[in-house]
Amino acid sequence: MAGTFVKKLKRGLLMTHTEFIDKVGESFRRTGPVEPAQLDRLEEALIAADTGVELSIRLVDLLREDVRKGRLTTSDELRPAVRERLLELLKATEKANPVTVVLNRPKVTLLVGVNGTGKTTTVAKIAKRRKEEGAKVVLAAADTFRAAAVEQLQIWAERVGAPVVSQREGADPAAVVYDAIASAKAQDAGEVIVDTAGRLHTHANLMKELEKVQKVAAREVEGAPHEVLLVLDATTGSNGIEQAERFGATAGVNGVVLTKLDGTAKGGVILAIADTLGLPVRWVGVGEGADDLLPFDPEDFIDALLEA
Amino acid sequence: MLESLQERLARVTKTLRGEGHLTEFHIDTALKEIRTALLGADVNVEVVGRFIERVRERAVGKEVLTSVTPAQMVTRIVHEELVRLLGGETVEADFKGRPAVVMMVGLQGAGKTTNAAKMALWIKEKKGLFPLLVPADTSRPAAREQLLILGEKAGIPTVDTRDMDDPEEIARKAMREAMIKGYQVLVFDTAGRLHIDDELMAQLLRLKEILKPKQILFVADAMTGQDAVRSARAYHEKLDITGVFLTKLDGDARGGAALSVSEVVGRPILFSGIGEKLEDIEVFHPERMAGRILGMGDVLTLVEKAQDVIDDRKAKRLEAKMRKNRFDLEDLRDQLGSLKKMGPLKQVMEMMPGMNKMMPEGGATEAQERQLNRMEACIDSMTPKERRHPQILNGARKRRIAKGSGTSVEEINRLLRQYGQMRKLMKRLGKADPRQLKRQLGIG
Repeated sequence: MAGTFVKKLKRGLLMTHTEFIDKVGESFRRTGPVEPAQLDRLEEALIAADTGVELSIRLVDLLREDVRKGRLTTSDELRPAVRERLLELLKATEKANPVTVVLNRPKVTLLVGVNGTGKTTTVAKIAKRRKEEGAKVVLAAADTFRAAAVEQLQIWAERVGAPVVSQREGADPAAVVYDAIASAKAQDAGEVIVDTAGRLHTHANLMKELEKVQKVAAREVEGAPHEVLLVLDATTGSNGIEQAERFGATAGVNGVVLTKLDGTAKGGVILAIADTLGLPVRWVGVGEGADDLLPFDPEDFIDALLEA
Repeated sequence: MLESLQERLARVTKTLRGEGHLTEFHIDTALKEIRTALLGADVNVEVVGRFIERVRERAVGKEVLTSVTPAQMVTRIVHEELVRLLGGETVEADFKGRPAVVMMVGLQGAGKTTNAAKMALWIKEKKGLFPLLVPADTSRPAAREQLLILGEKAGIPTVDTRDMDDPEEIARKAMREAMIKGYQVLVFDTAGRLHIDDELMAQLLRLKEILKPKQILFVADAMTGQDAVRSARAYHEKLDITGVFLTKLDGDARGGAALSVSEVVGRPILFSGIGEKLEDIEVFHPERMAGRILGMGDVLTLVEKAQDVIDDRKAKRLEAKMRKNRFDLEDLRDQLGSLKKMGPLKQVMEMMPGMNKMMPEGGATEAQERQLNRMEACIDSMTPKERRHPQILNGARKRRIAKGSGTSVEEINRLLRQYGQMRKLMKRLGKADPRQLKRQLGIG
């Protein structure tokens, strides 16, 4: 089992980073003294991976400084130096946000994000994982806005074998969450995973709706929602930072799920998010199957990113 | 949208302002800023490189005209290049054919299904044609149900394909149905797929052969980053797409993807999606978009929106009243209603030239929006007589209105003060020369 996951991660990450690898590889493969052009290429490669202009320039400027001060002299030192800095960034977010054991039952997990990032699919994938670990899971269909969103979750729920609590289209999402928690308590289920409607973070009213969902959850279970995951499409550019910021402020996001990493998108925006907001990535989505979800591993992510 | 790019370029032209000559040093400084701004707006690295080179070539070779400042010149060149990159002129999508098939293709989650319904409604209302919606996304659970529901809401006939699981068979069935029943346009929704999925991309090619589409629209998310170039290029190489549908432009994404996609595909962006409601669709205007990027405002869109929501007769009546200075609270309420119908205040403000600079950061416009609602509530709680003759409002009446509308006497007083100011302004406007007025508003 572990073997197939590693393979999947590798497949996903390899496909994600081929072009990036070419560019970085070019800079890394050279031996001899570091040339300014190499650092420029590295900066461009980082930007091309959606790492963001600001962070990319700052990172490479640090390396430039190292070269100038003689702390970094040859090209083969470049790779470990970049690796170390990026890894440090990701590890710091994990250290600052350790995964804690939730004692109050049921544990409530909320998935939020803009439209079309893969929230519903991710809910199902997480549910499947939790079930395999022996947890009893109830799903809450709190996307009552998008046409047929409830049906979509119901089909998924059947596939992964978890019950769904839902109401009619247009119902109050907070009421659905209330029902789901009550249902979980009644059947002694340990977890509730909530699918919410996609919303652009610029729409104030919809963001307020999320606040209400949170309030209701907190009233029903102490400390709920225990986990609020921002579902982020790997193809997202710098707007991902704004998304994390706004959803963080209103919905109390404490982790990220990076989806669609099986394409050619590089997902570098999580580095920018780690840098500005310190949010850790919890899961990675690498396909449309129920098993295509992997726990995020910073070392593997960075290594694949820098593999030459 | 795009405010950051706008702000940055505004800063660039400010540093150029007051300079007498356009030297290579000026151009270099400006181009460096523009490069950072475009990269920050998620325009692809390669695209930015080529863009900057084109601007440099044009700027350096150019003779400085005495009538324009260097800033104006660089701005104009950047603007022109942006418009060119965005596809040049506004392109009217062609829906002629019997039937004209429109295929919606793209990555997962780009917004194909929602925007298929919006476009069908647009085709029916603005073009006067009879569209048929065809749900052929057989991979995402309940995608076909979604389009059926949207079709029903929009009043657009939709093929029920729930018991079919072969998109090619759906295509043949839909073509037969369109022929028999005489539908003029067929909007065909496909499943989202990765551009590197050879098998599914081959399926799109087979669908293309069956449908012989007039339009193959690549649906792209405005929030996409650097990857936009890769997916668009791959889709175009495989399918020879005819145009782009840019979605989720109502967010605050800087929208660099629009520039990237246009450049690599070389086909026009035809439509933009600006919200989740069925009417949230607009024809894409490269000129306006570029103007917006450069902070020149988007007056044309604003005027069009205003025309859409303001009823002609009411407008004429209002004009007459303004001229006679008989503008009352009922008219004010109509105005507030129209303003609200034009969309979120923030969106409206952004389209006005110079407004984006005056707008406070973040939440302040929300507060303004709320204030508008409260003003409306106050007026709603008045009697018709009070609305027509606000001067009769005394303390007792105000207290009653405050109670009825859930506001306060203070707020009603503020409303009356604002109304008084508006009347004064209108009195002046009523006497003003229309030509001068237009110039003052920057539309003449």
